[in-house]
Order: sequence, then structure tokens, then C-alpha cells
Amino acid sequence: MSTESKDQWLYTISSKRKLININFKEIWQYRDLLLLFVKRDVITVYKQTILGPLWYFIQPLFTAITFTLIFNKVANIETGAVPPFLFNLASVSVWGYFRTCLTATSDTFKSNAAIFSKVYFPRIISPLSLVTSNLVKFGIQMLLFICFYIYYYSQGASLSIGSSLLFFPLLVVLMAMLGLGLGMIISSMVTKYRDLKFLVAFGVQLLMYISAVMYPLALIREKLPKIAWLVEYNPMAYIIESARYMLLGEGTISTFGLVYTVVVTIVIFFVGIIIFNKTEKTFIDTV
Amino acid sequence: MSEIILKATNISKQYRLGLIGTGTVKNDLKRWWYGLRGKEDPFLKVGDVNDRSTAGSSDYVWALKDINFEVKHGEVLGIIGKNGAGKSTLLKILSRVTGPTTGEIKTKGRIASLLEVGTGFHPELTGRENIYLNGGILGMTKAEIRSKESEIIEFSGCERYVDTPVKRYSSGMRVRLAFAVAAFLEPDILVIDEVLAVGDAEFQKKAVGKMQDISKGEGRTVLFVSHDMAAIQTLCSRLLILENGLLSYEGDVSKGVEHYLSSVKSGQLNYQNLNCTTGIKTITFLDDKDDHIESILVGQKIKIQVEYQNENSRDLSISLGFFDVFSNFKFACRSDIIDKTYNSQTGVATLTIDKWPLSEGIYYYNLAVHDKGVMIENVKEVGILNTERGDFYGNGKLPGHKKGFYIDYNWS
Repeated sequence: MSTESKDQWLYTISSKRKLININFKEIWQYRDLLLLFVKRDVITVYKQTILGPLWYFIQPLFTAITFTLIFNKVANIETGAVPPFLFNLASVSVWGYFRTCLTATSDTFKSNAAIFSKVYFPRIISPLSLVTSNLVKFGIQMLLFICFYIYYYSQGASLSIGSSLLFFPLLVVLMAMLGLGLGMIISSMVTKYRDLKFLVAFGVQLLMYISAVMYPLALIREKLPKIAWLVEYNPMAYIIESARYMLLGEGTISTFGLVYTVVVTIVIFFVGIIIFNKTEKTFIDTV
Repeated sequence: MSEIILKATNISKQYRLGLIGTGTVKNDLKRWWYGLRGKEDPFLKVGDVNDRSTAGSSDYVWALKDINFEVKHGEVLGIIGKNGAGKSTLLKILSRVTGPTTGEIKTKGRIASLLEVGTGFHPELTGRENIYLNGGILGMTKAEIRSKESEIIEFSGCERYVDTPVKRYSSGMRVRLAFAVAAFLEPDILVIDEVLAVGDAEFQKKAVGKMQDISKGEGRTVLFVSHDMAAIQTLCSRLLILENGLLSYEGDVSKGVEHYLSSVKSGQLNYQNLNCTTGIKTITFLDDKDDHIESILVGQKIKIQVEYQNENSRDLSISLGFFDVFSNFKFACRSDIIDKTYNSQTGVATLTIDKWPLSEGIYYYNLAVHDKGVMIENVKEVGILNTERGDFYGNGKLPGHKKGFYIDYNWS
């Protein structure tokens, strides 16, 4: 008996594809793989290194020290009541999370080509796992921040934590979505146009300078009003400014800035998913 | 009648030759613009049939074209075809690694593939950690892997090293571990590409045994791609043959194998390779009157003329080996065994077989050239021999047996 009612089929492999076609059920089925990837990424990064996980601390620590020396001591950037080092450590850690999310996911298709060309699993698991494993690193780096925070607090620095800190996790999610979205767009296009690989490498560097990482947002408005729009149109600038406000009570949170950031992030995230979806099906022919 | 578990309709896959992508941003935009208006892709209309050896007129090629087939539950379907016939493309589409250009495949079960074992092994992780990682990639949940962990480790035979990073493993051990993980997958439909040629002899035996268990004992639906006719013959219940991206045969296994061999193994008796510097240039089959022959009769006297090239005047030993369609060795004629070598710079060696001994059917032959035991040239499946019924004993009686050898004998 071969009755063929259409609804019997478990799934269909076809050339046609809806614009957004995310099978959440399937992604949920592969949740274990997500965790395994996260575990792999976290464990293996610093294997066979002497300092091991200490590297998680060393990177933000030394970047923050350098920034403090150059931008605050030499270039005299004012950080308000907050100690410059703490200001920079907060910015660097937050920026670092975005940066690693973006650069890691933008390489998804190329670095996983070997696996992707052999086995099927929902491709989005790969960038998701990267964002998650970087979250673990970010968490560890925030521990370092807390240590210095307590130190400066005990030294009598004027630090205030408000109730806005409760929204910090949301900010992190926003950042992850932005990094993931952008990364997915780039990763999809890198499969065809390799130029983007070079663009990402130095583009991220430049992006840092217009993301209000080493200066307060207000400062650029005051000193360079003509090109301040460059920073003001950059959603990352608001995220970092808001993060500093939540963590240190320094700077401002503008409603317009946050709404703008949320809208841009959601748009980029969905565009990223659409493009990623389109690419994952046939990228193996072009990579 | 068992139910249909997988159904492929009009599967086609187009590739562009040469550079990847449509080549220019302009073509990409054009494609996108057509797609946006719901029109047919302008680049899909062109495209040649996928024949490797002829230069086509178009930049696009159909690696697969209008493939239709159905797979029933519990069936072991073999897929064979020449290199480049589209087997791997079909498997890639089935395992959802890449999408078809047109057409669709509907399935009622989970498909998992053993396209290549050991995908995603991370060298820094231990064997045990890699079992979990690899299992996860192949679609198992943690709980599933945990329940089979000890079986997998035992099957791999790597108990001792299971907590050592995989980078310290020998390549053989890595393959064993990888195969072990894959062998314990439990999808509804299993897609197997030739993975059997891995590991040492002991492990190969184990692997083949496991394959047979999977396909026979456990009643799993299997799609099996191989060049090994013997394996196809023993494992499969139905056969698909792909030729230049088209489905050229579907049905019974043993008929299919013969069909495949007669069309695929170069399809002809004689051999030519005029560019060689040391080795065989041509092989020509002649009868006792020096006429060319197309097929051989049982008991016929044949001469095989082998034209060789030997620039450095080495001591060439020429050998022809004969096999049946299932790659079973039949016999070989090696010249140095009977103390004959060829050392002139060029010449013709003639192998004479007084009475062709193999019974009717299809055979093929391999050729090999040695210099003092060192192999210089080795060509597999050089040509195909069609043997027809013949009068071996010269008395007008045609013996009926279809398998095996004829020999001269005496009763007294």
C-alpha cells in the first residue's frame, strides 16, 4: 500500500526556499551539538600554552593599561569621576566581546568548510556556538573587571551602580545579536567575494575608533562636532556608552540612542539570518 | 508492499565550469533580479550533459539531470557510476550538504551519511571527547552517545588511548575511532560512500561485518555507493546506475552490474596509450589468423599483441591479469615468471593463449609492467572481454556450464 498523502513526509529537500526558514525544532534537536562546540572552543583555545586560561585576563588587562597610558595620560582624555583604567577596562572588555563575535562568525563558512561539506546539521549552530563560547570568555573577563572594581571602590573612588545594571544582560544580548548578524552577513559573502576577508581584518580596527571605546560619547560631540555623526550612527557606540553607564555610572543613556540601536540590531540580525539561510544551502559549491 | 521512505523527483544540479559563482557581479545581479520577479533563472536554460571527456559549448554543466527514484523502507539501494557520473553530488544533496538546482526529495526518515569518517575531530581533544563531538556532528544527542560510549570504544579497539588527545593517535587509530562512532549511528536512512577502504585487514573485516549487520540484520534503509562490485552484489537489493549525470539503469542488481561493466570499463577490448615513454603503448587482441576480434570464444586460440616502449632499455616484465565482473581474480600471465623479459627500446610482445579457458560472460583485465620486481606501470580495468560459448574440446559439443574454467583433461 503506497498511499502518498503529502503530510506524511518528515521533511523535503528542495531548491525552493522561503525567505526566512528557520527550523527551531531542528535547532533544538541539535542543542547538544551547540554545547559540544562551545566546550570544544573554550577548552582547546589555550591548550598547550603555559599561561592557559590566564590569557583570557591578559588581553583586556594589557589593552586597558596601554589605552590608559596613551589616551588618558598622554592625550589627556577626561573620563569624569571614574578612574581611567577602570573606564578603559570596561570598554575594552565589552568591545572585545563584540569584536570576537564579529570576527569569529564572519569566518564561519570558510573555517568550517571541511565539516560543512561532509555532514548536515543546522549551520546556524556554528555561529551560535561561537557567540556562546565567547560569552563564556566575556564572563571570565567580567570577573577581572569586578576585582578591579572592588579594588578601586575600596580605595575610595567615586563609583555608583544604579538599578540600570539589571539591564546589562540585555545589552550583552543586543551586542551578541549585532555581532552575529553582521558576522553572518559577512561570512555569507566571503564565500563568494574573498575581498571581504581583508576588509574585516582592518575594518574592525577602524570601527573601534568610532565606537566610543576609549572616550566618552560626549567628548567627541564637544571636540569634533563635524564628524560626530560617524559615531552617532554607530550602534556599537551607544552600546558601549550604555554599558559604561550601567557598570560605572559614567556617561549618559539616551533613549533615542538605545531605540536606534535596538532597531538597527534587529534589522541587521534578520538580514543576517536571511542571507545566511540563502547561503548555507549552496555555499559548498562556491566556497 | 512496504512503504516508500524516500522519493526523489526531477533532481538536477547545475555547476559552472571554471571559476566559481556566475563569474561577475553583473551576472549575480541579473540572477537576483530575475529571481525577485519570480522568473526562471536565465542561466538555468543553458547547460550541457556532464561528459568529462568532451569540451562542451556552455560554461554550465548539469552534474545531475532529472533524477527520479524511490526507496522503499528496509531496502539497500546501491548506486554506481563512473568517476564524475554524479554519485557524490547525489549523495551530497541527499545528505543536505548542498541543495539541488531543481527538483525535490521527500523523506519520511532521518538521513545520516558516512560520506567521510572523522569529520570534525579536534586534535587537541581526547578520544572520548571526540566521540561526543563527532557523534554530535553526526546528529546524535549526548544521551544517545553516552548509552553507546562503551560499545563504540570497544568496537574501535582504542581502549588504551581513549583519554589521550587524538593528535597523538596514529592515522589508523583515528580512522578506527571515527568509523566506530559512525557505525553506531541510528538514522532511519543511512547513506554510505565507500568508507570501507580504511584501517588494517582486521579492522576492514570488522567494518564490512558491521555494514552487513546494519543493512541486513537491522532492517535499516541504506543507500550504498561503491566501486566494489562484490560488495554491491552481496549487500544491495536494488541498483541505480548514473551515467554522465543521468539515471541510466534502475533495477535488479546482477543485471545492473553487467550493464555497468559493459558500458563503463572503458567499454572496449583493446588499449591505447601512445604518449608513454616506458610501458605499454597498445594492446591488441587477435585470433590465430591475426584478425582483430571483438569477443572471444571459449577454447579459441588468441594472441594478445602488446606494443611497448622502453627508452632506457630496462628489463621489462609484462603481466596481464584477468578478473570477473565482481573483481574476483581469475588468472594472470606474467612474463618473467616464465623467464621472458623485454629489453629492446621498442617492440611488440605477443602473449599466446592456446585455448581460452574462461566460461562465457564478461571479464576485464589489468596490466602491469615490472622491472626486477619493481612496478613501473599498473593500469586497472584496462579493457573488457566478452566471452561467448565455444567449442573448447573441438568435438562440436558445447559444454553448458556458465561459471568457472575449462581445462584439458583425460579419462582413461
